Amino acid sequence: MIPGISIYEILTVTSILFFIGLYGFITRKNLISILISIELILNASVINFVVINKYLYPDMLQGVVFSLFIIAVAAAETALAVSIIIGLYRQISSVEVKEIETMKH
Amino acid sequence: MNFSSIILIPLIPLAVFLLLGIFNKKIKPLASGYIGVAGLLVSTLLSINTAYHYFFVYGKSDGVYQTFVEKTVWMNFTDTLAIDMGVQIDPISVMMLIVVSIVSLMVQIYSRGYMKGDDGYTKFFAFLALFSFSMYGLVLATNLFQIYIFWELVGVSSYLLIGYYYTKPSAVSAAKKAFIVTRFADLGFLIGILIMGYYTGTYDFETLNNPEGSAILNWASTSFMGLSVLTWALILIFIGGAGKSAMFPLHIWLPDAMEGPTPVSALIHAATMVVAGIFLVARLFPMFYFVEEGFALNIVAYVGAFSSLFAAIIAITQTDIKRVLAFSTMSQLGYMMLALGVSGYEGHEGLGYMASMFHLFTHAMFKALLFLCAGSVIHAVHSNYLKDMGGLRKYMPITNITFLIAALAIAGVPPFAGFFSKDEILVAAFEHNKLIYFIGIFVAGLTAFYMFRIYFGIFWGKDTKYEQKPHESPLSMTFPLLFLALLSIIGGFIPFSEFVTADKAGFEAHINYPLAAVAVGVGLIGIALAWVFYKKENDLADKMVNFFGPLYQWTYDKFYFDEIYLFITKKILFNRVSAPIAKFDRKYVDGTMVGIGNKTVLASEKIKGMQSGKVQDYAFAFVAGVVIIALVFIYLWTS
Amino acid sequence: MERIIFYVLAVIMIVFAIASVTSRKMLRSVIYLLFVLCGIAGIYFLIDYNFLAAIQLTVYAGGIIVLIIFSVLLVHHIEMELEIAKISKQILTSIACLLGLGLFLTTIYSYEFKVVENTLTTTTSDIGAALLSYGAGGFILPFEVISVLLLAAMIGAIIIAKGKKLTDKKDEIV
Repeated sequence: MIPGISIYEILTVTSILFFIGLYGFITRKNLISILISIELILNASVINFVVINKYLYPDMLQGVVFSLFIIAVAAAETALAVSIIIGLYRQISSVEVKEIETMKH
Repeated sequence: MNFSSIILIPLIPLAVFLLLGIFNKKIKPLASGYIGVAGLLVSTLLSINTAYHYFFVYGKSDGVYQTFVEKTVWMNFTDTLAIDMGVQIDPISVMMLIVVSIVSLMVQIYSRGYMKGDDGYTKFFAFLALFSFSMYGLVLATNLFQIYIFWELVGVSSYLLIGYYYTKPSAVSAAKKAFIVTRFADLGFLIGILIMGYYTGTYDFETLNNPEGSAILNWASTSFMGLSVLTWALILIFIGGAGKSAMFPLHIWLPDAMEGPTPVSALIHAATMVVAGIFLVARLFPMFYFVEEGFALNIVAYVGAFSSLFAAIIAITQTDIKRVLAFSTMSQLGYMMLALGVSGYEGHEGLGYMASMFHLFTHAMFKALLFLCAGSVIHAVHSNYLKDMGGLRKYMPITNITFLIAALAIAGVPPFAGFFSKDEILVAAFEHNKLIYFIGIFVAGLTAFYMFRIYFGIFWGKDTKYEQKPHESPLSMTFPLLFLALLSIIGGFIPFSEFVTADKAGFEAHINYPLAAVAVGVGLIGIALAWVFYKKENDLADKMVNFFGPLYQWTYDKFYFDEIYLFITKKILFNRVSAPIAKFDRKYVDGTMVGIGNKTVLASEKIKGMQSGKVQDYAFAFVAGVVIIALVFIYLWTS
Repeated sequence: MERIIFYVLAVIMIVFAIASVTSRKMLRSVIYLLFVLCGIAGIYFLIDYNFLAAIQLTVYAGGIIVLIIFSVLLVHHIEMELEIAKISKQILTSIACLLGLGLFLTTIYSYEFKVVENTLTTTTSDIGAALLSYGAGGFILPFEVISVLLLAAMIGAIIIAKGKKLTDKKDEIV
C-alpha cells in the first residue's frame, strides 16, 4: 500500500505502459525492438497482478507468486527469442522483420 | 425358395467385374479369360438349378406358378411408396436367367478365342461381366425403379462395349449414338415410372400386376387428354422399352452398334439386352392388357409389326453381314412385340404372350449363333462385307453347318426352334388381328430370303480369291457354335406353354397345321428365291436392283432415317433451339457467373495487400478489432 | 513523500517507455527499457514487496537486459539507425492504442475496487513457504513445472543457437 496513492492511479500507469508496449510491438521493424516491446507489455501486467494482490487481498500471495512465474517465463522466452534471433542472423544476416517475411511462404 | 443362392447369380459377375476392373493390368490375359468364364459358369449352374427347382419342384401351387419375392426397403418416400431392392422369381425372370446365362457363357467362351491377342482383353472380360451383372439385376428386379437402375446399367455396359475399339472414330460415334438414343427413350421410361408411382402409389410389379389390385381396377379414375393417365404412363414406359429394343423409330442405333466386337453384338445386341424392352412389356403385361382395354397394348402391336416389316425390307439390301443380322434382330424383336400386342390374358387367350417369350428364348439361341458364326467368318476373312466372301463352305465346315442350322431356325423351317415359336406367334396374330397376321407372314418370307441371301453369299457363290487361305476357327470358338446349334435344334421342343404364360397357369399349345403350313411355305419360297438369286453367280440380282431402281437405293440407305434424324437434330434442333439457348447460357447465365468471379478476383487483388504475412499488421488488426468490438459491446449494446 | 516518489517513478517509466519504443538507436532503446524496469522495481519497493523488487532487479535488469544487449551487440553495429514505420501507420496505431487506453481507463475508473486498508509486510519466507507448500494455497506443482520449463528453454536455446554445428557433426558421423 502506498500511502496517498489509490489503486486507480497505479492501474492508469500500468495501462499506459501496456499500450506503449503495444504501440512498439506494432510499429517497430526490428526483432529485438519487438522483444523489448513485449517485455514492456509483460511488465505492465505483472505490476497489475502485484498491485491488485496488495490492494484488494493483502493477506494472500497469489499475485506475487504469479508475477514470479511470469518473470521466470519471460526470462525463458527471452532466452529462446535471443537464440532464435542469433540463429536467424547467421542464416540471413539480418534481423529486420521485412527480411523474414519469406517465412510465410 | 433359396434366395441366398439366387442372389449370388448377379453378384458373382459383379465380383468378377470388380476383380478384373481393379487389377486390370496385373492379371494376365489368359487368367482373366478363365476368371470370366469360371465366374459365369457358376452363375449359369446356379441359374439352371434355380430354374429346375422353380419349374419342377416347388414353383407350382394349384397349377399356377407362384411369384416369390424377397426384398428390403431401400428408400422410403411415403408410407406406401418406397423403392425396394430385391429379387423376384417368376416364370419369365427364371426363363430370362437361363437365356442370359447360357448366351453369356457361350459368348465368353467364344471371346477367349475371338479376342485373343487384343490389347484390352482383360478390360473386355470385365465389361462382359459388368453386363452380365446388370442384365441379371434387370431380370430379377422387383419394382420399376430397380429395373430402371439396371436398365441404365446395361445401357452403360452396352455403351462401353460398342465403343470398345475406342481408337476407331466410327465406334466412338456409334457408342455415343446408342447411348443418346436409348437415353432419350429412357427419359420417357422415367417419366412413365414417375407417373405410375404418383397415380398408383407403388412401384412393385406384384402390386401393379395384380388383376384384382387397385392399380388395374382404378385405371379410369384419372384421365388426361382423353386417355387414362396409366395408359400414358404405359406408353411412356413402352417408349423406353422401344428404345432398348430398337423399335421403329428409335431403331437407328442398333445397326451402328455393330461397330463393337462381334461377340458383344451376339450377346448384347442380339440375344439379351435388346430383349429388355420385350421383357419390360411382358413384366407389366397385366397392366398393358387391362388398363383401358389394352389401348397401350395395341400400340405395342402396331409398332412391333411395323418395325418388323420395316427392318426386314432394309435387311434385304444391306451388304455388311453384321448389319443384315442387326436388321434381322430388329425385325425379330418386332415379331416379339407384335406377339405381345395381340395376346390375351387367360389360358389359351394368352398364346401371344407365351409365343413372344418362346420366341425370345429361341431367338436368343439362334441369333447369338448367327452372330457368332458371322464373327467366325469375319475372323477368317477380315472383312464385314459380303463382296469379300464366297465359297467359304470348303474352308469352314463347322461354321457352315451351324450357320445353316441357325438360318433354317430363323426362317421357320421345322423342326428347328424358330419354327415352333414363330408358328405360335402367327397363330396368335391370326386369331386376333388379320392385318398383323399378314404382315407377320410376309416378314417371315422376307426373313427366309435375306437370311439365305447372306448364307449363300458367304458359303456358296463365286469363289473369292483370298489373300490368306481362310481356316476354321479354334475350338474355343467352334464349341459355342456347336452348343448353340444344338439348342437351336432342340429348343423348339420345350413345352413352353406349360411354363411361361401370362396368367402363370400352363395350357396345352397345339400346332395349328394349316397356318404352320402357310408359314413354312412362305419361308421355303423365300429360301428358294434366295437360291435362285444367289446360289450361283448370276446377274438376276443386279437386274432386280435395276428394276426397283430408286426403291432399292432408298432401302439400301435405310430409308434415309439417319439422315432425317441428322437433319432434325442438326438443322432444326441445334440451329433453332440449341443455339439460342446456348447463346443465352453463355451470355447471361455464364456471363453473370463469370462476372461475379471476375469481380471477386478483382476485389481480392485490391485487398491482397492486407494479407501481408507480417505479424505486426495482424497484431494491429487484432488490437483495432478488439477495441472496436469492446466499444460496440460496452456502449452500443448496453441493453 | 511516497506520493512524490510514485509520481516521479511514474513519469520516469512512461517517458522512458516511450523513448524505448521510439528511439532509432538499438542500444539506447535497450537502456531506456532498463530504466523502465528499474522504475517498476521501485514501485515494488513502494508497495512493500521487497523480495519481488529484488527479483525484478536481478532477473530483469541483471539478466534479461544483459541478454538483449548481448544480442544487440552480436547482430548490430552500435551506430546503426533503425528503420521506422510509415507515418500513416504510426498515426493509425497511436489512434488505436489511445482508443484502447481510453477504454481501459474508463472501465477501470467505473469499477468500484474494494480496497482493504493494510500495512502488512510480506516477508520472503512467506513467499518461499507458499511456493514450496503443497497444501491449500501452495504452489509446488507450478513451481516444479516452471523449473522444467526453464530447463527446456535452456536446452532449446542452446540447440537453436548452435543448431548448425550440431547438425554438421551429425553429418560427419554419417
